[in-house]
Amino acid sequence: MKFIVSVLLTALLAFAAGLYLPWWSIAIASFLVASVLYQKPLLSFLCGFTAIFLLWGILAWLRSAGNNHILAAKASLLILKTENPVLLILVTGLIGAVTGGLAAWSGTLFRRIIKK
Amino acid sequence: MRIAVFLFMALLTAGLVYILDTTRLLPAPLGKLLSPQQGVWQNAEPVNNNFSDELKFPKLKGKAHVYLDENLVPHVFAENGDDLYFIQGYLHAKFRLWQMEFQVRAAAGRLSETLGAGDNNAILNYDRGMRRLGMVYGAENAMPEIEGNPITKSITDSYTDGVNAFIEDIDESQLPLEYKLLGQNPEKWNTLKTALLFQYMALDLAGHEDDFEHHNAASVFPKEVFEKLYPLYPDSLDPIIPRGTPFMQPGLALNTPATADSLFYPIKDTIGIRQTKPDKDNGSNNWAVAGSKTKSGRPILCNDPHLGLNLPSLWFEMQLHSPTHNMYGVSLPGAPGIIIGFNDYCAIGLTNAGRDVRDYYEMKFKDDSRKEYQFNGRWKASTFRIEEFKIKGAAAYYDTVVYTSLGPVMYDASFTGQNRVKNNKNYVVYWLAHHPGNTPYVIHQLNQAKNYDDYVEALRYFVVPAQNFLFASKTGDIAIWQNGKFPARWKGQGDFVMPGTDSAYLWQGFIPHDENPHLMNPSRGFLSSANQLPVDSAYPYYLGFGSDYPVYRGVIINRMLSKMNNITPDDMQKMQVDNYNVFAETARPVLLKYIKEDKLNAEESKYLSRLKKWNLRNDPAEGGPVIFNVWFDSLENAVWGDEFAKIKGVYKWPQESTLIDNIIKDSAFSFIDNINTPDKETINDVVTIAFQHAVPSLQQLERDDVLSWAKFKGTGIRHLLRLPALSRMNLPVGGGSHIINATKDFHGPSWRMVVQLTDETEAYGIYPGGQSGNPGSRYYDSFVNTWAAGKYKKLWVMKENETADKRVKWKMSFTK
Repeated sequence: MKFIVSVLLTALLAFAAGLYLPWWSIAIASFLVASVLYQKPLLSFLCGFTAIFLLWGILAWLRSAGNNHILAAKASLLILKTENPVLLILVTGLIGAVTGGLAAWSGTLFRRIIKK
Repeated sequence: MRIAVFLFMALLTAGLVYILDTTRLLPAPLGKLLSPQQGVWQNAEPVNNNFSDELKFPKLKGKAHVYLDENLVPHVFAENGDDLYFIQGYLHAKFRLWQMEFQVRAAAGRLSETLGAGDNNAILNYDRGMRRLGMVYGAENAMPEIEGNPITKSITDSYTDGVNAFIEDIDESQLPLEYKLLGQNPEKWNTLKTALLFQYMALDLAGHEDDFEHHNAASVFPKEVFEKLYPLYPDSLDPIIPRGTPFMQPGLALNTPATADSLFYPIKDTIGIRQTKPDKDNGSNNWAVAGSKTKSGRPILCNDPHLGLNLPSLWFEMQLHSPTHNMYGVSLPGAPGIIIGFNDYCAIGLTNAGRDVRDYYEMKFKDDSRKEYQFNGRWKASTFRIEEFKIKGAAAYYDTVVYTSLGPVMYDASFTGQNRVKNNKNYVVYWLAHHPGNTPYVIHQLNQAKNYDDYVEALRYFVVPAQNFLFASKTGDIAIWQNGKFPARWKGQGDFVMPGTDSAYLWQGFIPHDENPHLMNPSRGFLSSANQLPVDSAYPYYLGFGSDYPVYRGVIINRMLSKMNNITPDDMQKMQVDNYNVFAETARPVLLKYIKEDKLNAEESKYLSRLKKWNLRNDPAEGGPVIFNVWFDSLENAVWGDEFAKIKGVYKWPQESTLIDNIIKDSAFSFIDNINTPDKETINDVVTIAFQHAVPSLQQLERDDVLSWAKFKGTGIRHLLRLPALSRMNLPVGGGSHIINATKDFHGPSWRMVVQLTDETEAYGIYPGGQSGNPGSRYYDSFVNTWAAGKYKKLWVMKENETADKRVKWKMSFTK
């Protein structure tokens, strides 16, 4: 239950932050949630990972679907050297996810220092 | 311990963010780029995007509306001219901002700033070339003309305000895709940038001459041979002003310097400098037929400018309407007004004049400091302009350019163009575009022209790049002026590099405007131009060598028009995309006459018979044009290669028409013989050997399945950054050089327009691109397939009372 709440909270906070702050605000959101809602380090990583993967993956998919994948076809060819919109959406999710996961992990470790 | 573990993880996270935010480790800042809330996903414009908007800007004077139709063409209705140009600037920026900035950076020699110095400093070298050519210097010289005229001051200020209003409004996530890819932010617009865009057009269209190449050729070939290789008036020429048309007595008398002849034949030195040149086929077709030849009884005007084919397209289509103004056509993002189009009274079409308006002078400096140069027997002080080049990822580069009263020293020991060669001479470039006049004024006046007199009056102010301005009006007039400012040259002036020490070699004056070639309502009922020479040798001024003055498109256009009657806009569309090859019509019988068929083996004969059966049309699936082209290239190599190898430095082979004209006139033409063999080759030998050399290439092409014209030619429309992912490559398009449908690989008809001047204007047009510059928009390339198929869309001149028309898809309101 705590895991699901953390995931949702992280995603929500990251989304809100993204409206005003640069892309790396996802790291701040993951860090904050993980340092408030304590979980074991690995679980916390998974939590940040899942939250941002879902957030970025779904946002990218929504934009791309509304665009008939015109941009994703070109951008995947440009960035991944292969025309594959789905792959670009997955890569997008993964890049956000790893960033979010590591930040959440750091957040948990920070919490452990503060509250022994 | 815990602290250490935390710090380690925190640093790891920060490091990852850093890597994903910069290009230090990865080729692209992937985190920034792929973030759905900031990066490229934001450029994925919904296919059902709603472009309607309500906008407020304090700089507007009144209310205005923009109606966007189903092709995303804006129909702008403003209450006054200032608001009209403000909104044009806003719309250009909204749909083409990155392109506007890129073109201006290219003109100003500022590409290294965002792209880096390039392989072997190629980009930096390009930038240095632009500065040394005086591109910025010319734009700066235009500024007092533009800003000193209250009309153009207000037009360009309004336009600039419109562009900047858009730039101020967007946040980073809304930036065009290319800014994100390059990690760049938009710069504010200003009128100097508009002037730089016109410099860019001047370079593209009036920046072609072969002075160095001709100079070197004259160092090897005697005068009578040179004149055969580079004839002033080709045999097959059908000039814009028909032969036999009388010309005025020249208003200017010119003095040829006494030393000219002994100086030039023979030339004693050669030049190794390789210049960056615009495409030699930058040209165009335009023609107008009078009411006597049309079904409607009213004139029809047609135009297709041939330029580099890029995405985003050079052109942006729009209608500009105000109480004094209703112009439809294509505009240049970065410049106010409509360049090619029509209003309620008349239509204007442009082709390039290609006249020589750029010369080079060799300067003599007193010493290595280059502070003083010799001129008319005295020493004159030069000035220095230090050019700074910011380079992405490297320290700035500084280049000192010496300026004389003639212009900037373009080439010297430190700069030799595209290649590095030893050069101790100082060549000044003397170019009409250093003093380009007030182009926005001419555009504005032409957009408002109501009749022939308005049109001619506007043309008086036009300097560069000279165009064949074609005109047709609803009152039934058709007219053409080869127009611009032209130096009045003595015979031979500017063909080669000239001495910069003597004012007798400078331009002595300009051809009076009334003496520029022009014609109105000719008895044959039509006018046309296709970049050929404007006149025959009866014209009293020396034209010299400008662009290549290609002959064949002019020949076929005039042949077709003279046979046509009861012409409809549909006939004109078919003619604009016609693929008949009049060059092959001329050359194939000559080649077939001389080839020794008995010397060919079975495989070779197979290709020859295929060529014989070809219908002379460069249609996409034809194999004939491939065989013809490969054979002709091989023949040129065999005829010119041996003699031209004697030239040290840069050179240029004669034109294709010159080779074929020479063979027709004289089959014993001295260049036929291969001077590297003891035998004396005949025309039969050379034509046969050229064909036999071509066959292995043809076999290879056949194995690669590209022995059909469109595949061989490979027409594509490339993104300005040459990124294949953002380009449209391998389009099934026919045509080519010398053909009315002049589509080459990356170059061709950039806007096709047919306008019938009936009471209700009936117009058609298409360009190979789309209205949006965003690669993530469905309107990025939405015209490309229609263009490639040789089809048109009907142009809708919207009326004020048609706001409820079903063609209106979106409405933008502008208020103050």
